[in-house]
Amino acid sequence: MENVRLIEVKEDILSDNIKRAGEMRKRLRETHTLLLNLMSSPGSGKTSLILRTVEGLAGKIRLGVIEADIDSTVDAEKVAARGIPAIQLRTGGFCHLDAAMVTQGIDAMDISGLDLVIIENVGNLVCPAEFDTGAHKNVMILSVPEGDDKPLKYPLMFSICDVLLVNKIDYLSLSDFDITALKQRALILNPNLKIFEVSCKTGVGIGGWIDWLQGEVTSFKGSKG
Amino acid sequence: MHELSITENILNVVLKHAQANSVRKVMVVHLRIGTLSDLEDEWIQRYFDYLSKDTLAEGAKLKIERTPVIVRCNDCSESYEADVKNLEHLICPTCRGNRCTLISGREYYIKNMEVL
Repeated sequence: MENVRLIEVKEDILSDNIKRAGEMRKRLRETHTLLLNLMSSPGSGKTSLILRTVEGLAGKIRLGVIEADIDSTVDAEKVAARGIPAIQLRTGGFCHLDAAMVTQGIDAMDISGLDLVIIENVGNLVCPAEFDTGAHKNVMILSVPEGDDKPLKYPLMFSICDVLLVNKIDYLSLSDFDITALKQRALILNPNLKIFEVSCKTGVGIGGWIDWLQGEVTSFKGSKG
Repeated sequence: MHELSITENILNVVLKHAQANSVRKVMVVHLRIGTLSDLEDEWIQRYFDYLSKDTLAEGAKLKIERTPVIVRCNDCSESYEADVKNLEHLICPTCRGNRCTLISGREYYIKNMEVL
């Protein structure tokens, strides 16, 4: 009878990804390019927010967009139509982006002269929360029709984000969405979370988001590489 | 969801250590996974069985220990274990504060493995 041996492994499964993400953050710090990871469920308004953001930052901040999509290029085409550099990553069924995929996107994009790159992650509140993309800031959208109970169902997503945008706020009066309860639930998980109520359709609240983002880009550029 | 990529990562780490230690067969892998991970043990094992076919780890059993969600109170800095089922009502047992920061609960850690 052979003896069973015990081998110590002591390794984090995601360590490769964490390492790669750290390298990406460092590299972009040197070029003064802020990388922002935008996450949400499908249909909550990621592409609409990006289009609003492009509009709001026009002439002030030079930005590029990395789009993740299971198998289409629809979103990248919409962004590119506004004259913004856009790279489409087809994830081919993958439910999230990881640091390696984002690195591919950044490599394919001419980032010299860009102040900001926005990653539109795969529409999903579960998997993208688990994988560090190398972004300096994580932002999520929750839209009013999705319901105020989502922090209870997807706590990890709410706890890793710097900003929560509550989109489709123009629907609020038509729904039983409790915005106070939502904020309370989200802030318990993440007291540092910044919350903006916006409507990408009407433009309400977008100004506050643009101001915040512009401030972040400016202070990032001013920080030592 | 992302069971496949997580499981692939587990397998890669296992095989790397198996090769480095001239292992003939991997019997058991001991893992520690944070309670905030939404992956079910049963599914991780199923994906592992599928991915590990024709490798040194074929047939290996995954033994998964779940680590608790630990948070630190923002008011008094005491750490305590959070009840994941009741994240809406987290109250610090020391000072009754209701604001806290996540410390652990999302790890995927391979402790060790039993091998031949």
